[in-house]
Amino acid sequence: MTEPLVRPRRKNPLARTRLPTLPPQWRSRTSHELTRAAAEGRFALQCCVACGHFTYPARDACPVCLSDELVFKDAPRGGTVLSETTLHIPADVYFRERAPWRIGLVKLDAGPTMVAHLHGDSKEGDTVRMSLQIDKAGQPVAFAQPQTETPHMSDDKQWREMTADPKFRRVLVTNGRTVIGQEVVRAMKEAGASIIFVGIADAWKPFPGEMALRAMDGVTIVPLNTADEKSTFDLAADIGAKVDILVNTSEHIRGGGLLDRHGTSTSVDEIERSYMAFLHLAQAFGPVMRMRGADGVNSAVAWVNILSVYAFANWPQFGQYSAVQAACLSLSQCLRAELRPGGVRVMNVFTGPLDTEWFQTVPPPKLAPRVLATGLVRGLKNGLEDVFVGDVAEEVHQRFAANPKALERELGQ
Amino acid sequence: MDKSPLQDFAAAIASGKVRIVDLTFTLSPDFPVIVLPPEVGQAMPMRIQRISRYDDAGPGWYWNNITLCEHTGTHFDAPIHWHTGKDLPNNAVDTLPPQDMIAPACVIDCSVEAGKDADFLLTVPIVEAWEAKHGRIPERHWVLLRTDWSKKNFRDYANLKEDGAHTPGPNAEVMRWLVHERGIIGFGTETIGTDWGQAFHLDPPLPAHHYLHGAGRYGLQCLCNLDQLPPTGAMIVSAPLKIENGSGSPLRVLALVSH
Repeated sequence: MTEPLVRPRRKNPLARTRLPTLPPQWRSRTSHELTRAAAEGRFALQCCVACGHFTYPARDACPVCLSDELVFKDAPRGGTVLSETTLHIPADVYFRERAPWRIGLVKLDAGPTMVAHLHGDSKEGDTVRMSLQIDKAGQPVAFAQPQTETPHMSDDKQWREMTADPKFRRVLVTNGRTVIGQEVVRAMKEAGASIIFVGIADAWKPFPGEMALRAMDGVTIVPLNTADEKSTFDLAADIGAKVDILVNTSEHIRGGGLLDRHGTSTSVDEIERSYMAFLHLAQAFGPVMRMRGADGVNSAVAWVNILSVYAFANWPQFGQYSAVQAACLSLSQCLRAELRPGGVRVMNVFTGPLDTEWFQTVPPPKLAPRVLATGLVRGLKNGLEDVFVGDVAEEVHQRFAANPKALERELGQ
Repeated sequence: MDKSPLQDFAAAIASGKVRIVDLTFTLSPDFPVIVLPPEVGQAMPMRIQRISRYDDAGPGWYWNNITLCEHTGTHFDAPIHWHTGKDLPNNAVDTLPPQDMIAPACVIDCSVEAGKDADFLLTVPIVEAWEAKHGRIPERHWVLLRTDWSKKNFRDYANLKEDGAHTPGPNAEVMRWLVHERGIIGFGTETIGTDWGQAFHLDPPLPAHHYLHGAGRYGLQCLCNLDQLPPTGAMIVSAPLKIENGSGSPLRVLALVSH
């Protein structure tokens, strides 16, 4: 049985904050197909096109029929723990600090045998549910957990290393003026976040949902205008060392493409409130979060961006919006690389049109803000990097993977 | 050597006989700007981006880039700002006559009334009552409306409700009257605009803008410290930035008050 997580006590100010260390981090280029699957929460293995056998680890030829046509494909998640090993004094610094650490050999229903990190409730002989997880170093690793829910299952020490569960963590939601921001606050509260800081820009302007937000227990309203450099740095100076999960809910959606929009002031606004906002947040909060990646139960653990799926391919109806989102996507990759030494993950949540005011004229399906927020929290609980919430996001993602040129043409029709 | 009036003036400033009152708000990123429906173009608030601060981007010096709207913070409205003044000569901040940048002011104190009613409207009878006490408003004078609105916190200052801003200002008749019957050089307020908060609903809409700029006159808004000015006799120095074809400009507004 998993020992339930205890709400961490206040930190001893005399104790040194331990610096983050990382597990080993080399993979072959082929193995990064596993990274892609792990980032999206899929369990994919190489599969032989000729004979249909799954194989692991990644190879150039099928070990059964020697065909070189191996493709990564979602595999059955079931398996059985053949043996387990507990590492008491590992040589690697990361694991040594977290010892004892359990790993095991798992015979997959798909065929191959895999070395996996073991959930505390999975013992030798047990059937398990397999997943690929992104570890602190950003590499895909196999994880075996019980097939059915056990008490306090998500509190498992090894599982928590693979995820960014909001439980007992302190969250900053950067813009609470929007429906999205407010739904994220609610979802974080339900997920057991200990404090939720909510940024409010231009406090002199009232906004819908303000009373409810201000009355919410566990919510601390903070002044934050992410489009403004000083405001963002001022807040980081105050609470930067208390932010374990930052959810960038900066949002500025305006319709329109390139040629029928007069002047550039709307475009400048879009860039300021999305791209520059992200940049200010990253420069203000990134360094301290990276430094706090191993700071106990409530260590800094994740940075979340909510991005449009049209960051991948321009949707001319919202053409300039798409372009700014593409810039934010690119910036998120830079941030991911720069936060990695701290073991802090960057999760991008991609959406199609939302069921909000600025997508009023767009026909359904449109994503409800609540669904987006729960998808975001689910992504954190499962330790994902790329989350596609809703049918439109999912479809655009698949079409982009299949043929980006076709997607471009079709969106432009 | 003969003493010129300017030498007397310099002596008066030095001795404190003439006091300088700063009527300007600090340009800061959180100072409210005019709020328009979100689908139309918006005024940009003050933004300050650091270039360097004695650091690797400039080891010995500190400076910033700034971006802001022509109508952010304490600012000046030129006639070209409004459709009624678009065809007038010298109607932009770069062409307006420099002698208009220094002019005397009449200050009408409505702070008690505005304190009781956020929708307080300045009317002709109120100005006539003021004239009965202080004399007729002379031509080419500023009329400054004191409401003490500048003393409020930013939220109460903007005072946005579901039906828009509720801030004091002039009605249509008084603006027509001040411009055409009294020949004022301009009208100044403590609120975000020269017009009443709900002035979209007046006839014509936004009458201060309509009448002032249509007659080539000016506006000053987001003023403060009007409570330090006498009803008459203060001299206003308001020189906008010389922005090419500019519709207005943030500026430092000074009042010279003689003791």
